Amino acid sequence: MAGLSQTFTVGIMNSRDNLVFAFKAVISHRVRTVLILIGIAIGVSSVELLIALGDSARRYITGEFAALGTNLLIVLPGRSETTGGPPPLLGETPRDLTIDDALALLRSANVNRIAPITVGSAPVAWREREREVNILGTTASMKEVRHLDIAQGRFLPQADPHQAIPVCVIGEKIRKELFGPEQSLGEWLRIGDRRFRVIGVIKSTGVSIGVDMDDIVIIPVASAQVLFDSPALFRVLVEAKASSRIDAATENIRSIIRDRHEGEDDVTIITQDSIIATFDKILRALTFGIGGIAAISLAVAGILIMNVMLVSIAQRRTEIGLLKAIGAPNREIMKLFISEALLLSLSGSFFGVLLGLGAAELMQRVYPTFPIGVPLWAVVSACGIAISTGVLFGVMPANRAARLDPVQALAKR
Amino acid sequence: MISLRGIGRDFLLGRQTVHALADIDIDIRQGEYVSIMGPSGSGKSTLLNVIALLDRPTRGNYTLDEQDVTGLPDEKLAKIRREHIGFVFQFFHLIPRLTATENVEIPLVLSGMAAAERQDRVRSALVTFGLEGRADHRPDQLSGGERQRVAIARATILQPSVILADEPTGNLDQATGNQVIDMLEKLNAEKVTLIIVTHDADIGRRAKRQLRLVDGRIIADIHGGDHE
Repeated sequence: MAGLSQTFTVGIMNSRDNLVFAFKAVISHRVRTVLILIGIAIGVSSVELLIALGDSARRYITGEFAALGTNLLIVLPGRSETTGGPPPLLGETPRDLTIDDALALLRSANVNRIAPITVGSAPVAWREREREVNILGTTASMKEVRHLDIAQGRFLPQADPHQAIPVCVIGEKIRKELFGPEQSLGEWLRIGDRRFRVIGVIKSTGVSIGVDMDDIVIIPVASAQVLFDSPALFRVLVEAKASSRIDAATENIRSIIRDRHEGEDDVTIITQDSIIATFDKILRALTFGIGGIAAISLAVAGILIMNVMLVSIAQRRTEIGLLKAIGAPNREIMKLFISEALLLSLSGSFFGVLLGLGAAELMQRVYPTFPIGVPLWAVVSACGIAISTGVLFGVMPANRAARLDPVQALAKR
Repeated sequence: MISLRGIGRDFLLGRQTVHALADIDIDIRQGEYVSIMGPSGSGKSTLLNVIALLDRPTRGNYTLDEQDVTGLPDEKLAKIRREHIGFVFQFFHLIPRLTATENVEIPLVLSGMAAAERQDRVRSALVTFGLEGRADHRPDQLSGGERQRVAIARATILQPSVILADEPTGNLDQATGNQVIDMLEKLNAEKVTLIIVTHDADIGRRAKRQLRLVDGRIIADIHGGDHE
């Protein structure tokens, strides 16, 4: 019939047949397979979900900061750093920041807008209703600098910042509490011992980082200085012309203030970018941390795969011996078992990804205000870890199968 | 043509070396019908495994169709087993989760043959061995005789030049066993070398050439037999 020279084909099992064979082997042990899949799926979904939570928290917090304004610098009176040298004889009291200091910052070519801020609290009353409210004294530029939206009326008018005009803009919560269903625009509010006409209502943004803009009354900065009887500003918000000019703007601000404060460098300048970058870094590290902890469960799933494969190989000794006897080289046996490990970890990962996405969706419904998104890299890294541990832990059992002595495996028992 | 020269196979049992085969010299021509008989532990199966390239001899040389196959690497041995040797076992060794069709198909799958070509071959093999009605049955749904027929179909699907049968009737009743032997002899009539290891003297006597093994040595090599 056939001579030695006869060759039918390439002599290597094609990969589709390899997978089909492995698939049939995997599904023939239903309970065992389901248990492994559950193990991997839980591991993958927890990695995916924890990374998603960490990453969402990072995006949420940095997003909140970014919402405060763009290319923002905050100038506060007083210096946060200490310098060397002998201690001053008289305690170093920083000079106040004044409206003129703030206006002087506009001389810098790198500064787009400024908004001086004075804060304090005072009793606010309309008719018989009265409560203590945080008062923010600022200028018309605040609206642009701080990205405020107006629900009704308008914001503070463009006017000389030194002019104490008796108008105010109120937060949504104040409007509800004082006016209820009644018209607030045009009404006169009593703040402290002065009267202010309501000209606008700020659109509610929900709670955000920093000042709650719903629970506040905004008045012109000069009015606030009269109200609180102090010429000092709480801080100055500065908007740089571009993010690339933030450093130059910082330098300009420093030298302008130094000129005006007899050579004393007595302000602290915080850039919004640096705050965001710091939070971003911390939260990113946190995300990696919790993702890593969850990845331990995947390593456990990997050991599970190895264990089950070793059992499976012990049970299938004769099958392996037979495959060798009818012409499967060791390499082919190895490939078959690695394919089984691969199939298990692949399908486990698939269910895990679905489970994770479902859980994220569920959480989103329970906490609608917290934006939970599963980033692609969470899915990719969870699956990557699962599949590589699966294959890694599959190599040892597969190797054992490949080395099995066919004579012993087929021996009569 | 199978040619063994000075073949020996030692096993280590504890500290003791057991000579399962010692100084085996035989030539088996293409198309011969050989039975190997002998008491338990005489080395029958070891000899068969050496001829099947499943076991590596400790000493000696093995030439198969003028090719020295003694020290070939696993990959080459697997290829020779796949293309030139068909194996039939006492315990059939069918893969329990696969159907008759899929079991017969395995050697073709291992050889990398395309699925379309495989189908035709497997179908005609099942017809040849009277299994067309059992194509989609798994081994546990088949009788012993049917299982061995599936195993023979599997062993012959790649048209090997040698068929090695290790106690092929050991797990079958006499009538079924005889049918299986008839089937193997029919293959031998088509010039396939047939080597059967058996305990059963009646079956052994049917071979034209009978080898008798005792303690790893061939003590008798009888040509003749009652087949012709």
